[in-house]
Amino acid sequence: MSILVSKDTKVMIQGITGAFGGKHAGLSLDYGTQIVAGVTPGKGGQTFTHGDHEVPIFNTVAEAAAATGAAVSAIFVPPPFAADAILECVDAELELAVAVTEGIPVKDMVRVKRAMEGKKTRLVGPNCPGLVTPGDGPDSTGGCRIGIAPGYIHKPGKVGVVSRSGTLTYEAVYQLTVKGIGQSTCVGIGGDPVNGTSHLDVIKLFNDDPETVGVIMIGEIGGNAEVEAARWIKENCQKPVAGFIAGATAPPGRRMGHAGAIVGGAEDTAEAKIKVFHECGIAVAETPSDMADALERKARELGVSLV
Amino acid sequence: MNIHEYQAKDLFAKYGVPVPPGVAVKSADEFDTALASLPEGPTMVKSQIHAGGRGKGTFTDGYQGGVKFCPTKAEAKEIAGKMLNNTLVTLQTGPAGRKVQTIYFTAASDIKKEYYLAVLLDRATSWPVIVASTEGGMEIEKVAEETPEKITKVFIDPAYGLADYQVRELIFGLGFDKAEAKNAAKLIRQLYECFWDTDASMIEVNPLITTPTGEVLALDAKVSFDSNALFRHPEIVALRDLNEEDPKEVEASKYDLAYIALDGNIACLVNGAGLAMSTMDIIKHFGGNPANFLDVGGGASKEKVVAAFKIILGDANVKGIFVNIFGGIMDCNVIAEGIVDAVREVGLELPLVVRLEGNNVEAGKKTLADSGLPLVSGDSMADAAQKIVNLVA
Repeated sequence: MSILVSKDTKVMIQGITGAFGGKHAGLSLDYGTQIVAGVTPGKGGQTFTHGDHEVPIFNTVAEAAAATGAAVSAIFVPPPFAADAILECVDAELELAVAVTEGIPVKDMVRVKRAMEGKKTRLVGPNCPGLVTPGDGPDSTGGCRIGIAPGYIHKPGKVGVVSRSGTLTYEAVYQLTVKGIGQSTCVGIGGDPVNGTSHLDVIKLFNDDPETVGVIMIGEIGGNAEVEAARWIKENCQKPVAGFIAGATAPPGRRMGHAGAIVGGAEDTAEAKIKVFHECGIAVAETPSDMADALERKARELGVSLV
Repeated sequence: MNIHEYQAKDLFAKYGVPVPPGVAVKSADEFDTALASLPEGPTMVKSQIHAGGRGKGTFTDGYQGGVKFCPTKAEAKEIAGKMLNNTLVTLQTGPAGRKVQTIYFTAASDIKKEYYLAVLLDRATSWPVIVASTEGGMEIEKVAEETPEKITKVFIDPAYGLADYQVRELIFGLGFDKAEAKNAAKLIRQLYECFWDTDASMIEVNPLITTPTGEVLALDAKVSFDSNALFRHPEIVALRDLNEEDPKEVEASKYDLAYIALDGNIACLVNGAGLAMSTMDIIKHFGGNPANFLDVGGGASKEKVVAAFKIILGDANVKGIFVNIFGGIMDCNVIAEGIVDAVREVGLELPLVVRLEGNNVEAGKKTLADSGLPLVSGDSMADAAQKIVNLVA
């Protein structure tokens, strides 16, 4: 099983006619994901073609959802228009909106997040690599790939991965796959200070998923999302969890690439978060090369098989 | 993006936030005219650099204090002459200090009491928050730790905006008298409007002051903006002062590279912000010191890699280079070709360790091997990090 998305998930792509959206729509189709609609205002009625695939394009999210049954959208819309694209998903009552777009103004996200309160739609991102639930085919094809992650590094299995960073997610997934350990679902929640789904939200889903037996949680400096998740894990999660925090050497007050990766005080440093991980029984990866090993150590300690 | 105090106060003035009268000048020729435009009486002379701790800073020629109270305008002129074009070292500038290229003269205010006021984003709630304290002139972190009861915070619902009862809460929290309260309420509303309108990340007024006549003024002003929102604020982009930024960072921004200079000697070239941060961390873990943060991004072209290489080699402290690429979608061979081109163009006298993994990695490794360049390959991130640390040590 998996969380949030499965091989049966029907996906639309907002911004499918842009270079970035189109490229990743193609890669997702190659992976075997059901990309069933594209949305580009003004280009409704046209078709997105990739190999043998023909994907209809609609003017609005609501039209695309009604015509195709897609309840999930991947957003590749440029930053000035991305907040509006998210709100359109909310209005169409989609289940999930995955915002890949990097560079959305913080104020836009503050307003979007407020507008989403009490609404049906869940947002993952923005500024995120998206989600992958690996499939059973060669190189894990046949799964659900929403966003920009490399599908081929995955392997279907029982470990959940949640991370603020794209490349660190890939690093963790690759380490697992090389060891023969598969993944249930990998979720990139994004590097922005205001996002839709937190580490804790994903951890709760993994905890409730009977097929997920262990979790790698990857965080970085800035904010307290990892600490919040760690405290919850200590009280509620029996599954082995390994953690890594990036940014131990980052100078305070500087934005390290991700808008949200900035040390604001004594509480949101890598050191402070790692300390909480230790206190909460999370196996800490000393270096990013050690993420899969750390999870294996914790699983052995708890007598859990990861495969 | 940060701006100078005088720019922040001009911005405040546009929003009706009261500030003392002031003039900024960039040359000694302008001192007289500037001072003549200010009211008679004591004057403050303030060095304008993007760093805190100016008052307690020391100039490299030994002169003490980047912010001075002067009883007369003649004295203000003399002191401004000592500060302008001098280099000021504060706790936040690092030992190299920052050259003072602008002097800000302001009319000295008669201070009754100092307060602290800031507007910023609270990450836990994703709502803006106003933080106020009766301990003006002090660092807010210290107040929060030692005397948290002196801090009042209000969280602002972005759907509604700042409510009147919240303004009252702040005013009662700060203990203003009746005349002050009216002025303070107005100031708080206008400051919040300024924060919201301009897409500021933070506005800090430390100190905010009251005067014996009941005025409430922003005596200092620190404002930074959300870089993601600059596309809709050309008027703020115009305030950017490139003199305040590391020239390598300015160069990197032209190529849309996320680069931050650090003080170590191992340069890093990485794709992805998280991986770039943890590459610095792993260098440190094995006993080395990173010279920079550099994220070439997910869709780096060959040209971008060449530009990135030139920038990291432009740092005289660099004694070795660590290229760490996990090409998910990005083609490892593109990175490899970029490295080869860059080295051919600028030469390479330093040890270079490359760790490539991911998409089209075999072609990338072949490109590097065929180039005949004296580089070292790393198998994993840990292996590569240890190799570069040993080569530089």
